[in-house]
Amino acid sequence: MAILVFVEDAGDELSQQAIAFGRSLAGDSDPLDAVRITNDGAGYAPAAWAHALAEVISERRPAAVVAPGSERGNEVLAHVAARLDLPMAAHCTSVALGDPAEVVRLRWGGSLLEEARIHGSPVLLTVAPHAIAADGVLDPAEIESVAASEEPADLLVRVSERVPSAVAGVSLADAEVVVSGGRGVGSAEGFVALEELASLLGGAVGCSRAVTSAGWRPHSDQVGQTGTKVSPELYIACGISGATQHLAGVKGAKKLLAINPDGEASIFASADYAVIGDLHEVVPAISAEIRKARGS
Amino acid sequence: MNILACVKRVPLTGGRIVLTDDERAISTRHLGFTVSPHEECACEEAVRLVEQHGGSSTVLTLGPPEAEEQLRDMMAIGVERAIHLVSDGSESDPQATAAAIVSAVREQGFDLLMFGNESADAGNYQVAVRVAYALGLPVVTGVKAIAVLDGGAAVRCEQEVPGGRDVYTVPLPAVVTVKEGINLPRYPSVPGRLRAKRKPVESTVAGPVDARLEMVRLRLPSGAEKQTQVLGHGADAAPAVISVLAELGLV
Repeated sequence: MAILVFVEDAGDELSQQAIAFGRSLAGDSDPLDAVRITNDGAGYAPAAWAHALAEVISERRPAAVVAPGSERGNEVLAHVAARLDLPMAAHCTSVALGDPAEVVRLRWGGSLLEEARIHGSPVLLTVAPHAIAADGVLDPAEIESVAASEEPADLLVRVSERVPSAVAGVSLADAEVVVSGGRGVGSAEGFVALEELASLLGGAVGCSRAVTSAGWRPHSDQVGQTGTKVSPELYIACGISGATQHLAGVKGAKKLLAINPDGEASIFASADYAVIGDLHEVVPAISAEIRKARGS
Repeated sequence: MNILACVKRVPLTGGRIVLTDDERAISTRHLGFTVSPHEECACEEAVRLVEQHGGSSTVLTLGPPEAEEQLRDMMAIGVERAIHLVSDGSESDPQATAAAIVSAVREQGFDLLMFGNESADAGNYQVAVRVAYALGLPVVTGVKAIAVLDGGAAVRCEQEVPGGRDVYTVPLPAVVTVKEGINLPRYPSVPGRLRAKRKPVESTVAGPVDARLEMVRLRLPSGAEKQTQVLGHGADAAPAVISVLAELGLV
């Protein structure tokens, strides 16, 4: 039972995780093909990539096609699924091949797991980010390159331009410390204290969806299922109740400190450290203590 | 421009998810419902595009009879027309969902068909792509900005990627999936709500279909609960917080 892995980019961690997942499915005895799509420096075109990949699938008839759980991994595989009229399961954490195949996949941004059956062959699936470690990486020389389709209909949707983002301090996704505020912050002005603490720690400011909906912070600061996924050493949640929508964005945090006046707040169930109290008193006190320790 | 926005009714989950006894759904005994967040933004965008360029906006859902509530919510923020594909409320897989939408909209001549990038609950990332293929239309996903070009002949779409934004220019008609952050949806006004209440909803019954991605059961991930160390109460906890920061090598 051959396994085919779609590699978005050989250097990309999620692609390497897809290869590791494919390898675990293939075992020692079955062949594993890893394929990337090239298009001679022209912009990414999802339909053109999917057309090329679908042709490889139709020729080789693998038991399963595994793609990374990235935006483009999900997109290209969805195009393949639509083109071949096959079911597809996104963000899988495990799969047992068979007829039907059985998968476990993420729902609600990982707050819930779904056990599902896939009725169709080959099995199309993307791998949930960080469901498997990216070890046993293939030598780049072992990744086959296949040219993207050049049919005009496949090129209607193609990246024509990349606008670089303005560099403004530490990015939320890469920050080592995130100081994040929820409804409890109370106003846009209330974030000044959080900004100060973040700046003392060399970190970034985040917020919950309630804050963005209230217009206190831009959506680019929002952490959660429909915002940015963060993976800092420490996430400091200030006045955040701990809705599943928010927690879906902080699963990558190594440690979580929650500051909340309500000792029963659900955020504390996900916290490594808790301070029970009003963030408007606690956050400035922490900043003052840091300054005192630094003698400034 | 005639714009369609497709939405899904999902529970408003709070802090802790509880499953039903048959483990096939979230228990909603104590929960309200909402439109999946990306899709609410799709409706807001549809309303704004019609305000700027003329035409009409339509919201569509496939869901149980109660999903009429979400259609009226979207009409309350300014969507003009609503189509309800009424299901028995059981899970519809992505292929069946796409097929039901396609048969409802194929003859309607929409210039722009908008979806959320993925639903909040199932997160299958594929319904819009399947609809686009069935209708033979181009599809751009994960869009955070849309501008109409050439008097409605094309749209310029921006997609957030690491390090910046990728730009696509796509002829209409087209399918676009959007992400939250493309806009900040307005709150419905009281007159808006009253108007929405009186508007008709075009409803047809969507029959059950065999799922090819068949949900068997749901379960909660294990080990979600952590051992929490209480560092203290109020401002007095600051020194204990500093000790933790020092332990983690952050100060």
